[in-house]
Amino acid sequence: MKSKFLALCAATAALMVGATAAQSATLDTVKARGKLICGVSLSTPGFAAADDKGRMQGFDADICRSIAAAVLGDGEKVDFVLTNINTRFQALQSGEIDVLSRQTTATFSRETSLGIDFGPTVFYDGQGLLVPKSLGVASAKELTDAAICTLPGTTTSQNLTDFFRSIGGKFELVVFESPDENRAAFYSGRCEAISSDRSDLASIRAVANNPDDYVLLPETISKEPLAPAVRQNDSNWRDIVSWSVYMLMAAEEKGITQANVDEMTKSEDPEIQRMLGGADELGKMLGLDNKWGYNVIKSVGNYAEVFDRNLGEKTKLGMTRGPNTQWNAGGLLYAPPVR
Amino acid sequence: MLFLNDTRFRAVFYQVVAISAVLLAGWVMYRTASANLAKQDIATGFGFLSRQAGIAISETSIAYGPTDTIARAILVGLVNTIKVSFLAALFGTIIGVFVGIGRLSANPLLSRLMLAYVEVLRNVPLLLYLFLWYFLIILVFPPVRQAIQLFPGFFLSNSGLAVPAVEWQSGFGLTLGALAFGAVAALVVRGIGQRRRIASGKANAGWIVALALLVLPVLAVWASGAVSLSWSAPEAGRFRLTGGLQIRPEFVALLVGLMLNLSASVAEIVRAGIQAVSRGQWEAALALGLPRSRTLRLVVLPQALRVIIPPLTNTYLTVFKNSSLAIAIGYPDLVMVSNTIMNQTGQAMETIAIFMGIYLGLSVLISLFMNWYNARVALKTR
Repeated sequence: MKSKFLALCAATAALMVGATAAQSATLDTVKARGKLICGVSLSTPGFAAADDKGRMQGFDADICRSIAAAVLGDGEKVDFVLTNINTRFQALQSGEIDVLSRQTTATFSRETSLGIDFGPTVFYDGQGLLVPKSLGVASAKELTDAAICTLPGTTTSQNLTDFFRSIGGKFELVVFESPDENRAAFYSGRCEAISSDRSDLASIRAVANNPDDYVLLPETISKEPLAPAVRQNDSNWRDIVSWSVYMLMAAEEKGITQANVDEMTKSEDPEIQRMLGGADELGKMLGLDNKWGYNVIKSVGNYAEVFDRNLGEKTKLGMTRGPNTQWNAGGLLYAPPVR
Repeated sequence: MLFLNDTRFRAVFYQVVAISAVLLAGWVMYRTASANLAKQDIATGFGFLSRQAGIAISETSIAYGPTDTIARAILVGLVNTIKVSFLAALFGTIIGVFVGIGRLSANPLLSRLMLAYVEVLRNVPLLLYLFLWYFLIILVFPPVRQAIQLFPGFFLSNSGLAVPAVEWQSGFGLTLGALAFGAVAALVVRGIGQRRRIASGKANAGWIVALALLVLPVLAVWASGAVSLSWSAPEAGRFRLTGGLQIRPEFVALLVGLMLNLSASVAEIVRAGIQAVSRGQWEAALALGLPRSRTLRLVVLPQALRVIIPPLTNTYLTVFKNSSLAIAIGYPDLVMVSNTIMNQTGQAMETIAIFMGIYLGLSVLISLFMNWYNARVALKTR
């Protein structure tokens, strides 16, 4: 509450005294600073959470690292700023952070009225519901009159309201400001179900005392394309963020990994040569080093490696790729050609 | 400098300079903020208030559905804030008066106990108490499917207390009107009766007439058949109890937290107020043969009230503002509803301006009321 309010005050104050950071080109600011400032979530295992050595781990954190690697040549040159769900956009608008990589759903109204632009979707998610197995519920449609715990996210409570309106049922919405209280209320049985993005629910289930007592309902009640966001009217910076993400996807498609990237620089494939800076000068066109693509893959690996490391079946979250597979394998990941 | 040496001129001059500086600073901030918002392509203005809210609110004291406007949703939050603050102030004051008197008791056990009560409540941040009460409720009581049945129709669980409720089919407004009319009439008659009694020294039937005036209009409305009620008892649904009146744990935890916190402050204020009345007053009353309890009620407390009211105003303002901690435990107060709306529309500046304006306005109203009351009980010097 307090940190949120401070952040809000800072954002408001920055707006009032005329923030200049927002107006100059973000790329120059980042290069001059020598660090990328990236907004991530407070504590969401799998997406952004510090490990026992204090290093930020997670899918969103690795997206930040890939951008830092593209711009500064080193994926570790990132300062992570923990952003609250309510103040994340203000932090971006006011120039406090360079990029927001925080499980944020790209929507029409956010893109048009908040003064921000979204990059490519990094994770195709959808809102789901998690219930205790003992409840004996097989479908979200059976949850009429149930109490459902959520965080005060925009789309979350609205989607639930829309869903229950569409099936003509009622429900009790219990909204918590902090993820910890939200989870505790759900585990204690204050709510029959907890609702959030499916990726987030996997994380909630993973930290329960006994994850097998909980079951994710089959319905996906909304589309939640999670994407990084940047300030509007800085298209060079937006290009850099977009192509850092596309680089991860293209690398998976081309079979380039963190381990074999050095070998791949000798590849005869012209597209791989362009990606890794062996041919043409794509880096210059973005205002970056020509080895930017190499640096991205060298620091975090390709999309599959980032996914498996943080969310995949070997992790506590145990998520399957689902729609987040390459287009040629029936998924939705489709990086435009690098040429 | 002839003018600057003139004290009358200087007094006015400094005021003008100070006010202009404040206005100028405000104007500059407003201009920069609007210009920056426009530059960053962030939507501005209050037009969003009439858009459809699209969110569900679990605790509503006035009719509300997700198809209502955002302005209505904010109003629902405001009513929730006022409801919990008012009840906390009311019960907290009653508890506080007793604790404060208990602090001065000659019985060492009682006075020490009350001292411990006050210190324990005053010296821990309210937010921690809110978490404590809330988690006590949701962890100690069973889930709603295993709700404890206290009496037939009364269920206690970690989803709160469900009790049978009377629902007004019609005639609610009429009854309320009759009750208000009766109360005003009763107060007037009682006032007249008391004045006559003081003037003549004889008992009169004023209070009987007042009582009749309080009850008769309501009875008349009911007898006319304009009122119809229906009975609604909680019933076990598939997941939770439906029907009846549901008192939710978020509301109870917030009410208890605010109420106990306030009662500790009130206790200290009352104790200080009583101690401020000189010993001579006690001795004089006891010399006249009044027992201790009546001395306290008729002689000491009315005088103590003059010392009590000003700090009490502060305490009420605090409880009103502290109700915004509701957000931590999921009670949909003004701030929580505003936050959700802020999140939906992205119009942070406007939404914050609205709820800050509301808090400021209502705090000033509370102060005005308490100042009026203070002036009424203050010592009249003639």
